[in-house]
Amino acid sequence: MTDVPNESISSRLAKLKSQPVVLGIDNLGKTYPRPDGSTTTALAKVSFSVHRREFMTVIGPSGCGKSSLIRILAGLEDATSGQMLLDGKPDSGPCPDRGMVFQGYTLFPWLTVLKNVMFGLKMGGMGFDQARSEALQWIDLVGLTKFADVYPHQLSGGMKQRVAIARALANKPRILLMDEPFGALDAQTRAQMQAYLLQIWQNVNLTVLFITHDLDEAIYLADRIAVLGAPTPDIPHGHLQEIIDVPLARPRTPEQFTSEPFLATKRRIEGLIHKRVVPTMVEPLPMIKLTQVGDEVV
Amino acid sequence: MAERWFAVRRDLSPRRQTLLTVGAFVLPLLVWCVISYVPFVWHPLITVTNPGGSSFLAKDMMIDRGMFAAENAKVVAEGKPAAEGYRSNPVFLPPPHAVGRALYTAFLTPPVRKGEPWLHESLWHSLTIIFWGFTAAAIIGVPIGVLCGTFDFFAKLTEPFVDFIRYMPAPAFGALMVAVCGINDGPKIAIIFIGTFFQLVLVVANTTRQTDRALLEAAQTLGAKGRHLVLHVVLPGILPNLYNDLRILLGWAWTYLIVAELIGASSGISYFINQQGKYRNYDNVFAGIIMIGMIGLITDQVLAILGRVLFPWQGKPPGKLGKIILACVGLFRRKKVAV
Repeated sequence: MTDVPNESISSRLAKLKSQPVVLGIDNLGKTYPRPDGSTTTALAKVSFSVHRREFMTVIGPSGCGKSSLIRILAGLEDATSGQMLLDGKPDSGPCPDRGMVFQGYTLFPWLTVLKNVMFGLKMGGMGFDQARSEALQWIDLVGLTKFADVYPHQLSGGMKQRVAIARALANKPRILLMDEPFGALDAQTRAQMQAYLLQIWQNVNLTVLFITHDLDEAIYLADRIAVLGAPTPDIPHGHLQEIIDVPLARPRTPEQFTSEPFLATKRRIEGLIHKRVVPTMVEPLPMIKLTQVGDEVV
Repeated sequence: MAERWFAVRRDLSPRRQTLLTVGAFVLPLLVWCVISYVPFVWHPLITVTNPGGSSFLAKDMMIDRGMFAAENAKVVAEGKPAAEGYRSNPVFLPPPHAVGRALYTAFLTPPVRKGEPWLHESLWHSLTIIFWGFTAAAIIGVPIGVLCGTFDFFAKLTEPFVDFIRYMPAPAFGALMVAVCGINDGPKIAIIFIGTFFQLVLVVANTTRQTDRALLEAAQTLGAKGRHLVLHVVLPGILPNLYNDLRILLGWAWTYLIVAELIGASSGISYFINQQGKYRNYDNVFAGIIMIGMIGLITDQVLAILGRVLFPWQGKPPGKLGKIILACVGLFRRKKVAV
């Protein structure tokens, strides 16, 4: 909000950056082989770190490699260069310490909400009763206690993602990775989910890395934003362009969407993302004279 | 707005669905009735009731209408009394009531020759053959199929060979199986096994491959590994489809049964059908075929309803019968808790 002095925001960010690094990303790169024997580099030389208790978003145009990045961080793909450090130690492969919420609803359809949330706990070797009581707490946290014994097909999209969040959090991950988790939701549910997520983040000791292609979402949620760039003639691969501090106070409110710092940040990111898309680079579409339509309009 | 009977990819109302389902059975029956009971429809033969002056015709003889007319013309020209008869269908198309009666009496009629099984014994025998052949194929085939669908190692190791054998018709193994398993039930069970096992492995492998990759990835980020991924994600995920696969393959098993039962010492329902055909009791032949159809249809429907009860998370309503089954299961569970 505009009436909050800027110093408190910058001191908050400074405090955040002095926190220990939870996830270190060190020169990470991903190269895919092509069928013809050559290679495509989706991502190269990406380095940044996420601090404890931080909410960081990653934004970029399509083709910038943000999906590859989060899949590597989740351990679902291997990096071809560089490494990832969790609490300072090199780490790879899927692991419950790096919880993940996917864009698609990846709840197990054959398990009730409760059993879905218990899944990770039981995989970790926890006994049934303890897993159950812990899972119920997480379901409570996302406000779905009434739906604990319901199967996923009976839930709305937003509810499914809340269960997915509870399921990932139940494992008490060091960091929660979110891959465009609200991308498939309608605008209203999406806004609701953003509010829910901020609440959960506030209530739980949580570090989040959140991927999105929605500028408003990226700014509204984040403490810092990593802006990735798509390949260009100079840099032929996805790359990290800049990391931007978000000059907005917490708790976030919907009014901030129209505040000057918000809009300034948005303009800055837009400038970064779109600076290379000049109209001449787009192929001109063929002009077709639609006589009938034109006649009717005139 | 009036409901349309022909709307692209739209379900009809439950009433219309029921109506059409009933019609699916009633219409063929109606056609059969018309052909059987309306005398001027088809009826290409004449059944002779009185040979009259003809030395060629005999009582109860069935003869082509044209030949009957020619014979009668000849007889009348010779000044002898004309033969009499009524139009009838060939013996291989008995009227519905005869088949209906046969369905009922077939169970009450003692076997023609001493030592032959009664119809219910034949049926039971067929059911046991199907049961053992299919169960053995499923018990061995499902795990192999799941392994093939999960691990490329097993797929590449087994599938090419399975594919090769799949193209060999199971009945071709008949003589071989008699040599290996004797002449009684052994070769029959073996034929059913060969007929279903190889298909089953491939179908189950394919079904397993349809496991949602995203679910596997989600499970991995939740800490599931190796064996647990197969047991807690792949298996439960494919279970409803696997169940449907088995339902379809059970139908295949019935197809092979007919061949299998004629191998070695003939037995079972197909032996009954064959024997009755030899005696020209075509009403019994029809009764036998219809019995197989009914057993197939009923098992399939029961299994379909059971499937909806077993997999409630698919969101398909269990239906009335399913609810009854659920209620029974519920009662049973409560009793168990009370004890």
